[in-house]
Amino acid sequence: MVPSIRDLVGYVENNDWAFTQGHRLCPGCNAPMVANWATLTAKSLGYHPVVGLATGCLEVSSTIYPYTAWNVPYIHNAFENVAATISGAEAAYRSLMNRKKINNDKIKFIAIGGDGGTYDIGLQALSGAIERGHDFVYILYDNEGYMNTGNQRSGSTPPGADSTTEPVGKVLPGKLQLKKSIVDIIAGHEGVYAATAVTSEPWDFMRKMQAALEFPGPAFISILAPCVRFWRIPDDYGVEVTKLAVETKYWPLWEYNMGIYKVTKKPKTFKPVKEYVLKLGRYSKLMKRSDANEILEELQHYVDAKWDRLLALEEISKDKPIRKKI
Amino acid sequence: MPVKLTVTGAAAVAHAMRQINPDVVAAYPITPQTPIVEYFASFVSDGIVDTVLVPVESEHSAMSALIGAAAAGARTMTATAANGLALMAEIVYIAASYRLPIVMPVANRALSGPINIHCDHSDAMLVRDSGWIQFFTENHQEAYDFTIMATKIAEKENVLLPVMVNLDGFITSHGVESFEMLDDEVVREFVGTWKPKYSLLDVEHPVTYGPLDLFDYYFEHHRQQEEAMKNAYKELPGVFEEFAKISGRKYDFLDLYKTEDAEHIMIVLNSTASTAKYVVDELREEGKKVGLVKPQVFTPFPKKEIQQVLNGRKSVVVLDRAMSFGKEAPLYSLIKSSLYEIASKPSLGSYIYGLGGRDVTPEMLRQAFEDALKGNLIADEQRYLGLRE
Ligand SMILES: Cc1ncc(C[n+]2csc(CCOP(=O)(O)OP(=O)(O)O)c2C)c(N)n1
Ligand code: SF4
Repeated sequence: MVPSIRDLVGYVENNDWAFTQGHRLCPGCNAPMVANWATLTAKSLGYHPVVGLATGCLEVSSTIYPYTAWNVPYIHNAFENVAATISGAEAAYRSLMNRKKINNDKIKFIAIGGDGGTYDIGLQALSGAIERGHDFVYILYDNEGYMNTGNQRSGSTPPGADSTTEPVGKVLPGKLQLKKSIVDIIAGHEGVYAATAVTSEPWDFMRKMQAALEFPGPAFISILAPCVRFWRIPDDYGVEVTKLAVETKYWPLWEYNMGIYKVTKKPKTFKPVKEYVLKLGRYSKLMKRSDANEILEELQHYVDAKWDRLLALEEISKDKPIRKKI
Repeated sequence: MPVKLTVTGAAAVAHAMRQINPDVVAAYPITPQTPIVEYFASFVSDGIVDTVLVPVESEHSAMSALIGAAAAGARTMTATAANGLALMAEIVYIAASYRLPIVMPVANRALSGPINIHCDHSDAMLVRDSGWIQFFTENHQEAYDFTIMATKIAEKENVLLPVMVNLDGFITSHGVESFEMLDDEVVREFVGTWKPKYSLLDVEHPVTYGPLDLFDYYFEHHRQQEEAMKNAYKELPGVFEEFAKISGRKYDFLDLYKTEDAEHIMIVLNSTASTAKYVVDELREEGKKVGLVKPQVFTPFPKKEIQQVLNGRKSVVVLDRAMSFGKEAPLYSLIKSSLYEIASKPSLGSYIYGLGGRDVTPEMLRQAFEDALKGNLIADEQRYLGLRE
């Protein structure tokens, strides 16, 4: 079961956090919530999480030697290889269990990466690890850019957003391309559990985290987790913004399980995507351009079409898994 | 009882891996290393070993996965060559700095570009400063023996460094030759079981691997890696001694061939030493006082041993199967700098040979010796054997 409010109070009172105080992430950053909720779900279900992290904001801010904010076994290897690293640890676990060198059937492997380390440089290692069927949960905290290196574009950066490697300028309107649909790419591996989540819906995230932990193979959750610095929003505004992302179809909540699609939140009415965009300072330069409306219209068309497509996928895949086992 | 097997070098290495029976092996093909992981995979498929094989999607992930596995407390191995080693180079450094005793045979092959699948040592030299112990082996027997010894030295508590066992691509990996294989139990007992002090799977005692290590500690950690290398240098003679007890084969940092009274010495790595020994024999028959030094341990570099053997000789020719563009060749520069401290310095010559698998004939090696015999060496001149000018 997902932790109840009582469990959570218990954890806080016992100070039993896997990811503890002392990290140096910016005030208002949404990444530590993700780390906390993921490990908290695992622990409250009685599992022993072993965590791997890709290079990025969360990693560099939580393990500045000789300190560490991690109160569970933790490994950081490099930027692009957290999935490969965790797959090795998971292989070791199987081997050592099999050879009776250890005896702990409660260990669960959690890999965490930013969007740069997941959509871009780490995609190959992630794809390989999923295809090989390692039993691990990959959490992508998606802040739609390379934040640790200072606001560069990633494969997840949306069109028109200002970034330092594709700045909104006199000639170019920032990033031209739409973002990759990473969860579809992961779903394309078929033998996988994949889901989207947001920081404004912790219970939805924890329920998906539970499903991911209990899934007997690779699982993936992409959670929209704003960076307050480079999204140019106030420190206390990250969660508000992700709420709006769901309400505008910008970030639909859905899950995929061995071929079956399910939309997990269906708002009755939606707000225009422009409302979301206007809240983010990283679009303010775009809004001053004459082609701003064109870009917003394209984005509106895209989110509408994606939503309709999701509903259709849900309909046609109902009770029709394409795989029975990993 | 040890048995004589007549097989490829790749099979010999795979047998060593089978006998070591690692917990986790990562496998990715690249010529001429491929047969090593193929043989091993068939041992897994046939249930001859119960190792967990991770058939990764790239060498980068091979080394990454082994870091995860080794940090989780597993005994781990993989094998690679050339571009595979280059692709994993970033992670090769990380393995050493995390002090993980990973063992990796490398079937030496020329680095691209242009692409070339044949033997030279440019791959091993690419990562020579990565903090791995590096062995170089002449033939099947040595490739097999050093793979076993690699496990032993890597896991010494005061060492804890990864080890690379270099063997010449195709020449050793694909050539068929006899070697003596020890009994499975003898190897198993020699390597023992691996009980790491720290493991990701020890959830009662959580550890953080790979923190951000800034200017206030990185330096000290690198100093510790250097200490570990020094310990490896101290521990290796004991490992050679122990291995001699189970095999009757006594290794050392340097393989010395007819050097006792030699006035002129050639230094070369790996399989070319066999050809060089033949040339030494020929020249000896002609009454020439020549000898050969083959470093078997390249890192930690056996400087003291090199100094001892070269002190007072008339001349030394160093053969490199790799270039260091714009600088002296890698082995040559190390030998040359070692000589700075000795009393009676020989004259020196640097020779590049065999790049990209270029054939190495006795005549070529003879040519280098003849330059030495004639006193025609220039320390500052890089010469080439078998190159079409
Ligand atoms: C091979 C390699 N290339 C580049 C870098 C530099 N680098 C470190 S973190 C990072 C971006 C991380 O972005 P993301 O994964 O989105 O995480 P975030 O910082 O946003 O949390 C980059 C480019 C690196 N560490 N390694
Ligand atoms: S820069 Fe952004 S992602 Fe990084 S710690 Fe600060 S708020 Fe979080």
